[in-house]
Amino acid sequence: MSNDILVIAEHLDGKVADISYEMTGKARELAAALGGKVTVALLGQGMAGQAGGFASDATLVIDDPALANFNPEAYGRVIAALIAARAPRLTMLGSTSSGMDLTAWLAVRSSLPCVASVNQLAAEGDELRISSQIYGGKVAAQVSPEGGRAVVAVMAGAFPAAAGRGAGPVEQSASPVSLDGLRVTFSKLIRPEAGDIDITTYDKLVSVGRGIGGQENIELAQELAGALGAALSGSRPIIDAGWLPKTRQVGKSGLSVKPKLYLMLGISGAPEHLEGMKDAELILAVNSDPKAPIFDVAHYGSTCDLFEVTEALLEALG
Amino acid sequence: MKIVVAIKQVPSLADEVELNAEGTNLDFDAVDFVLNEWDEQAIEQAVLVKEAGSGAVTVIGVDATGELDGVLHTALAKGADAVAKVAGEFEPGLTSHAQARLLSSAIIDMAPDLVLTGVQAPDDLDGQLGPMLAALMDLPYVGVVNSVQVSGRTATVHKEYAGGLMAEFSVQLPAVIGIQAASQPPRYAPVSKVRQLAKTATIEEIETAEDELESGLSVRSMTRPVSVGHADMIAGDAKAVAGRIIAILNERGLI
Repeated sequence: MSNDILVIAEHLDGKVADISYEMTGKARELAAALGGKVTVALLGQGMAGQAGGFASDATLVIDDPALANFNPEAYGRVIAALIAARAPRLTMLGSTSSGMDLTAWLAVRSSLPCVASVNQLAAEGDELRISSQIYGGKVAAQVSPEGGRAVVAVMAGAFPAAAGRGAGPVEQSASPVSLDGLRVTFSKLIRPEAGDIDITTYDKLVSVGRGIGGQENIELAQELAGALGAALSGSRPIIDAGWLPKTRQVGKSGLSVKPKLYLMLGISGAPEHLEGMKDAELILAVNSDPKAPIFDVAHYGSTCDLFEVTEALLEALG
Repeated sequence: MKIVVAIKQVPSLADEVELNAEGTNLDFDAVDFVLNEWDEQAIEQAVLVKEAGSGAVTVIGVDATGELDGVLHTALAKGADAVAKVAGEFEPGLTSHAQARLLSSAIIDMAPDLVLTGVQAPDDLDGQLGPMLAALMDLPYVGVVNSVQVSGRTATVHKEYAGGLMAEFSVQLPAVIGIQAASQPPRYAPVSKVRQLAKTATIEEIETAEDELESGLSVRSMTRPVSVGHADMIAGDAKAVAGRIIAILNERGLI
């Protein structure tokens, strides 16, 4: 085992994602405490131009046509080989769509412990102390990996990106393993359909979550949005249930918004949702659970019945 | 076409969750268990794949709550053809590693063409089930998927990224797919049908020899998250709350 930290950088549509820098910055701090080095691995094709921007001890560019777009099988093979060859103390991936395909898979393949949804990381003496947000953000679990090593999935926005930007030396390398005979093949990127409104352009959003109860209640929320001159958006369960189109989804697998007003009805504030709206200028949350995580983020809150509040707002707005 | 759906029950987050006296996990005596919502999507997607072609859907779980039968009966009512559970004495709070070891050894023997499971669950402290199943069974995995179409020995899947962007992949079967959302919302199972099935259906019990169930994590504590700030809570009834909200919006020139 080394005390080195391996950061798996992430890119989408040709651009390195911020989570890559966020992890690198935290990795720097941990490596300094543990006496190790930070290696960033950037898998892709033609990504070398963006490889020089990390505050790493080394940034390893692994260039291969099979890595041009994210492919869980190809990326998994390469990263598993890197872990086997380098035995890093900690391997960091993003708790993102691509990172979630890989983290637990790599952990099992490498016989290492895995921690999901990580939002704090520290080295105390020689021990890694890792905090994970589980149960929809309602519980923080503090864990340490037995044996000292782990593969972790880091939440977007948990650490500042600035600390991970720098000018670490770049090393180019071919894939350390064969990428022949892949069973998963990337076909194409599919861009969001135009046609619906673009919620990211609205100053005011009324956003509904599971607390809205049923599809029949969406109309009431729409009425409130109309009265406020706002657009109606929703959290993931509302979109997955088919009550609002995908174009209205705020959060990790939807859109990031930064409106002047974000009025939330029945959204508890799971970390995936907060990721998409925490920078709104004014956040008002109506949710019946006084311990809902959203009240740690909202500026104003109420635990009143959301339907009664909505009716009263509609009445007051005339 | 043999489709297997791996499911688990998780604590309901609709209510407040209580921690145990030691502060090392939830107080599982004080929570209600529900089917992991992403697994519900996986069941729906499995039935849709079956309906679009041919085959049979088997839904399987580890009964860690003593209440899994009801979930399995509901799965049958929604269109599953068979249900199974891993036999043994298990307690609530099984790690993802334990679930994956137990389920993979049962599922391997079923020789499935396609394994679907929810892309994540609220209790995934030590990782998500899908990628672990794939690693243990040496099958390819794609997760965060919202559409699965099978043609011959290939599945075409759509994987969601941020901002509404998606990627299409072709996956050779057999494979494990982690479902974010089924290509249409889960269907409703009439209570009368579930009740009827509870009387007549057979749940296969599968023995496994799996005993390597540790996650390799030592949990030092579980706590409520430390909040850096807190909302200014508006007191009073709905009318008072609405009045205050209007005042706040007026102050800021938002209405």
